[in-house]
Amino acid sequence: MTATETRSPASPKTPPPPKDRPVRVLSFSQRLNKWDLKFSPYLYISPFFILFAIVGLFPIAFTAVISFQDWDLVRNEGEFIGFEQYIWILNNPQFWTALRNTFSIFLLSSVPQLIAAIFIAALLDRNIRAKTFWRMSVLIPFVMAPVAVALIFSNMFGDNHGLVNNVLDNWFGITIPWHKDPFWSHVAIATMVNFRWTGYNTLILLAAMQAIPRDYYEAATVDGAGAFRQFFSITVPSLKATLIFVIITSTIGGLQIFDEPRMYDNTGAGGPAQQWLTITLFLYNIGWREWNFGRAAALAWILFLIILVIGLINLMVTRTLVRDEGRRSPKPLKKGRAS
Amino acid sequence: MQSRAIRRGLVAAAAFSATAVVLAGCSSSGSTDGGSTGDEEITLTVATFNDFGYTDELLQQYMDENPNITVVHNRAAESGDARANFFQKLGKGGLADVEAVEIDWFAEAMQYSDLLAEAPADVKGRWLDWKEAAATDGDGRLVGFGTDIGPQGVCYRSDLFEEAGLASDREGVAALFDGDWSNFLDVADQYREATGKPMIDSANSVLQGIVNQIEYTYTEPDGTVIATTNPEIADAYNLVVERAVPNAAYSGQWSDDWFASMANGEFAAMLCPGWMLGVISGSAPDVTGWDIADVFPNGGGNWGGSYLTVPADGENVDAALALASWLTAPEQQMQAFANAGTFPSQLEALESDELAGATNEYFNDAPTGEILSSRAAAVTVAPYKDADYFKYHDALQNAVNRVFDGLEDQETSWNTWVNEVQAF
Repeated sequence: MTATETRSPASPKTPPPPKDRPVRVLSFSQRLNKWDLKFSPYLYISPFFILFAIVGLFPIAFTAVISFQDWDLVRNEGEFIGFEQYIWILNNPQFWTALRNTFSIFLLSSVPQLIAAIFIAALLDRNIRAKTFWRMSVLIPFVMAPVAVALIFSNMFGDNHGLVNNVLDNWFGITIPWHKDPFWSHVAIATMVNFRWTGYNTLILLAAMQAIPRDYYEAATVDGAGAFRQFFSITVPSLKATLIFVIITSTIGGLQIFDEPRMYDNTGAGGPAQQWLTITLFLYNIGWREWNFGRAAALAWILFLIILVIGLINLMVTRTLVRDEGRRSPKPLKKGRAS
Repeated sequence: MQSRAIRRGLVAAAAFSATAVVLAGCSSSGSTDGGSTGDEEITLTVATFNDFGYTDELLQQYMDENPNITVVHNRAAESGDARANFFQKLGKGGLADVEAVEIDWFAEAMQYSDLLAEAPADVKGRWLDWKEAAATDGDGRLVGFGTDIGPQGVCYRSDLFEEAGLASDREGVAALFDGDWSNFLDVADQYREATGKPMIDSANSVLQGIVNQIEYTYTEPDGTVIATTNPEIADAYNLVVERAVPNAAYSGQWSDDWFASMANGEFAAMLCPGWMLGVISGSAPDVTGWDIADVFPNGGGNWGGSYLTVPADGENVDAALALASWLTAPEQQMQAFANAGTFPSQLEALESDELAGATNEYFNDAPTGEILSSRAAAVTVAPYKDADYFKYHDALQNAVNRVFDGLEDQETSWNTWVNEVQAF
């Protein structure tokens, strides 16, 4: 956007108009005003869009370009090979294993996490002393660096010398193959995710609980409902909208899980039989271990599409649920008599 | 994996290394001239990882000798970081004047040898033949300055060997393991029968040892992939899976569990490149009885080592080449060995009295300098490692891991590996 015109304002582009009409010559400042009115709103919002185009849109588009090429990172060139790399990804059994693992870890982390978060939030919502202290303390795990969490937990989940197995061995005489069996490795990784995110979700749900009118509870108490009945009949239904939000955000986060599986063992490649290989970890391995950026770009786009599809499903589910969410009050009386 | 090994090795080695010996004066070898730039004030950056033994004092010595040059040293935490950084910036500018490259990904770097500056003629012949050959590209240009190597001996616990009724003095153990891999595993079987415990720390270190003795492993120089059809690889895999797996405490090295077992003194024997000595003494300070024998199954073997390279698009290529020459000169490498235990790859350093006299207190005062020199001389094969070597080897290690973990049997795991190789 520039407002500098080199042309002198008086020099008309077109031949002079007929004399019978007064010529309306715009002075330079008037013109500026006009431009100001027309373009300045765009100018004001442009920084975001320019920035987004540079750091968001361009990489996305460029990834798409690379995904169709056999790319050499060092020489910065590639040859066009069409959909070959997409086909390679979809034919690679490791991709499907990674997809399975990603969803498995996602379910193992999100479900218990949300259940725990609701209950902890409900407890924090009650009248306790030092409310703020308790509320802040659930957020402490969230402030820790994910890599640090992953390192500590990976050590705890060691197969032979890990804290968890030592305790299990002493108490029950069993040890769990944390780094061998896919399911148990998912449990261990989900534990790290839960440790980090439960407190965060608790606070969001707590905020939603605070918004529930207290009259409901008073009325329920008068009607003789106990704490549990109140929780299931008032608190949970009122949280629906917030829960949906939390579910969507944790879905997007869960599909991009990377730090924890990367730090779960010393090689960071997802296990000898891909037991805990997730999609983003697979992407990283192809890109930064094998230097095959073409395939990595193709996988990035596949991941993008997966997230898009799941996001749309989430949106549809949300819409239907939120619609009956709106009917908290009894149905409005019909106008006119029923015939 | 290996890079991590070297990192830990070097870091640990730094902890136990002898005090730095300040060498008086400057030697006549290497180019003492501060590059072709004369008196111009320049700053050179050196990028290394882990611990190359390049202390501030050592670099200060260079700055004192060349007053117009300032050396800035950047150290990455691990070779993996350095690798990513190297390939991201190679050919685009932004790399340090002198970049360290680890042997694992040196072949990958050699693909772009045209983007690296050629070493001055006067340094040729400074290194062991195979070390120098690996850094020479198809056009005969030498583009890497060798720093250290990893000649391997066998480390063992004399107390545990004695309990198992095996020889426990250095010569006795050297005689015991003098033979091929199958003989080495026979001894491991004996140990297991006597004690009921595995003798070796990990199955994959045996695979590493065997593979490092094969010249053409997964690919041939013309680009043919022989990974799945190479009988030597198939034999190595079968031997490791059938015989090393039952005799090994772990499948691979460097896991938290592996370190914990090391600290508890659970391993009786390990294949030991020079930098591994530091890993052992660093992670098991309370364990006594470690020693090292001048022997390696099936001859000699090298595991690890690094190079310095000079990117050709740097601002002060000539001065950087001079600095790299100086840093990898025998005298400076001996200082680095004293600082961080990085075993020299320079012929002159290998013959020096200082190296010959080096001993290691932790390893029962073993003459480590002498033993490792003898092990370095025993290395006959320089494995051909191309850019994909790391990928194939990693996948084969995983095949061993799967069998070890009981996830797949010998044949299934091999077939999985074959499929993975075909997918590449």
